[in-house]
Amino acid sequence: MAGAFWCLVEDDRQGRPKKVTAEVLGEAGRRAKELGAGVEAVWLTDQAAEDGLRQLAAWGAARVWLWEDAALAPYRGEVWAPVVAELAGKEAPRAIWGAVTSRQREFVARLAARLGVGLAADCVGFGLTDGQLVATRPVYAGKLLSKVRWKRTPWLATLRPNVFRVAEADESRTPAVERPALSVPQGGSTFVERREEAQTGLPELTEAEIVVSGGRGLKGPENFVLLEELAQVLGAAVGASRAAVDAGWRPHRFQVGQTGRTISPKLYIGCGISGAIQHLAGMRTSKVICAVNKDPEAPIFKIADFGLVGDLFEVVPLLREEFKKLKEKG
Amino acid sequence: MKVLVLIKQVPDTATQVKVSADPRRIDTTGITWIVSPYDEFAIEEALRIKEKRGQGEVVTVTLGPDRAKEALRSCLAMGADRGIHVNDPAFEGADTLLAARVLAAVITREQPQLVLTGRQAIDDDMGAVGAQVAELLGWPCLSWIMEEAIADDGSKVRAGRQVEGGLELFDLPLPCLLTAQKGINEPRYPTLKGIMGAKKKEIKELKAADLGLGEVAPELEVVTLEALPPRPPGRILTGDPKDMARELVRALREDIKVV
Ligand SMILES: Cc1cc2nc3c(=O)[nH]c(=O)nc-3n(C[C@H](O)[C@H](O)[C@H](O)COP(=O)(O)OP(=O)(O)OC[C@H]3O[C@@H](n4cnc5c(N)ncnc54)[C@H](O)[C@@H]3O)c2cc1C
Repeated sequence: MAGAFWCLVEDDRQGRPKKVTAEVLGEAGRRAKELGAGVEAVWLTDQAAEDGLRQLAAWGAARVWLWEDAALAPYRGEVWAPVVAELAGKEAPRAIWGAVTSRQREFVARLAARLGVGLAADCVGFGLTDGQLVATRPVYAGKLLSKVRWKRTPWLATLRPNVFRVAEADESRTPAVERPALSVPQGGSTFVERREEAQTGLPELTEAEIVVSGGRGLKGPENFVLLEELAQVLGAAVGASRAAVDAGWRPHRFQVGQTGRTISPKLYIGCGISGAIQHLAGMRTSKVICAVNKDPEAPIFKIADFGLVGDLFEVVPLLREEFKKLKEKG
Repeated sequence: MKVLVLIKQVPDTATQVKVSADPRRIDTTGITWIVSPYDEFAIEEALRIKEKRGQGEVVTVTLGPDRAKEALRSCLAMGADRGIHVNDPAFEGADTLLAARVLAAVITREQPQLVLTGRQAIDDDMGAVGAQVAELLGWPCLSWIMEEAIADDGSKVRAGRQVEGGLELFDLPLPCLLTAQKGINEPRYPTLKGIMGAKKKEIKELKAADLGLGEVAPELEVVTLEALPPRPPGRILTGDPKDMARELVRALREDIKVV
């Protein structure tokens, strides 16, 4: 079907699409329906599991465009962009959407340049005005929302994880898989190695539904164990303020904020974090914000849904106990 | 080795930002302008490359109105050798692709071996210009780099990009483009001597006509800017820590059902 919404598949590197892909398919499905358009998945990978393909169909992809080749992993922009641009030239999709993940945010940017169309990155909402898509995205450290529209199709966008409702799965659907020919350009960059981060056993910061975050109020790196214990009970990720990161208490990848990660969990619990504007820039689209701070004047209380005025060294272990009781009750 | 660093002047995050009478723009009165923080990592990395190799040139490039010259001066004060300022009303309201086209045209004129920029500018937060410049030039690029090392013979660079769960290292032939992520280095502060010296360094101004781009227009248009809808006032709990903890967990479970 011409004019379909294409959703780029983000996978777990084991051949299965991640939850963000269900979010992208979910929102694309809702918008495409309003326009009478179809939804298709676009997947470049070195391995696609059979149940991964079925999953994409269940989430609403009427067709999966699949390129499966060892040369496609890990992601390289100069290899991926021409592949998808060429097919887009033939198929004329109405939109191409990815998620804000390390590869897709770059990939979609390159694709926009190759196709000569506009890009709206890190979107948190979409609407239709006279059949035209308008995207909403936070700007200026999240202080303003910018509504943007494209001059022509395809409408290229990346969607912030955890913001959009996932597609409802219908397991009865079966995937129609197309495997277009692949030509891999010669030259360019070569992959050397991947260095894995130390496993925390906790979810990835940008994907986690719950994030427990700590700041200078934690007083030292050793006290992050308090947050880890709380996170363990909640299945949460642990984040940090820049002050905690710059003090060397946590590696950079855990930093939340303007010069760190942007997160949008269902529940954010900030402990010993003052709530500077640069920190808020990275977490203000969280659905529910809780803060533990002993200073009743701390700016974080201005945006918190729940503010606990108290000493985190007392409050956090008690929170852990209460959540644990809750989980045990089921 | 000649390294070009693409920088952007942006409002300091600490300043208040308001929508102007034209709802597509911000009111710029009273705003303090800074070099976008990620671009400072890029400048710092370029200076380190030059220092390590004992020779080379660091050229800093920006697209922006008259005031953007100040951002170039800051980079020159840090130690960059010269600046290029693309300043033309024709480029007002540029989206990332238009900016990338302009910057790619400058790069084509300058023929550097390496281009560095920040992972994103903190005003529009698009994070796209670096990758788009690379695509327009047909270059390899690596985004969000945490480390880089140029081969002694200057033929390639080994760089590591931050991805979910790890760091991916690649060898990129030069020329290529890298975007800097926080953690790659600690940007230096300009010294007094640097600030004085910066005044004497060259900033070349370029107009649209100098770049031979022909007709260019943004592909993405801002329809409106809006203030964030206020969050409903929160509940502040005080008193006995045990009661607070119990009440919070109860409310999260029963009232708003997030856990
Ligand atoms: C260009 C730029 C970019 C930046 N980017 C970021 C970013 O990405 N992310 C970020 O977080 N910051 C960023 N910052 C820094 C930001 O401005 C703040 O300095 C930082 O967020 C402060 O961290 P903090 O809240 O942990 O520390 P502090 O401001 O020191 O606050 C600590 C808080 O802990 C509370 N506290 C202390 N002890 C206890 C206790 N026992 N129990 C409970 N509460 C306690 C205090 O009352 C205080 O409110 C940036 C700054 C600049 C200039």
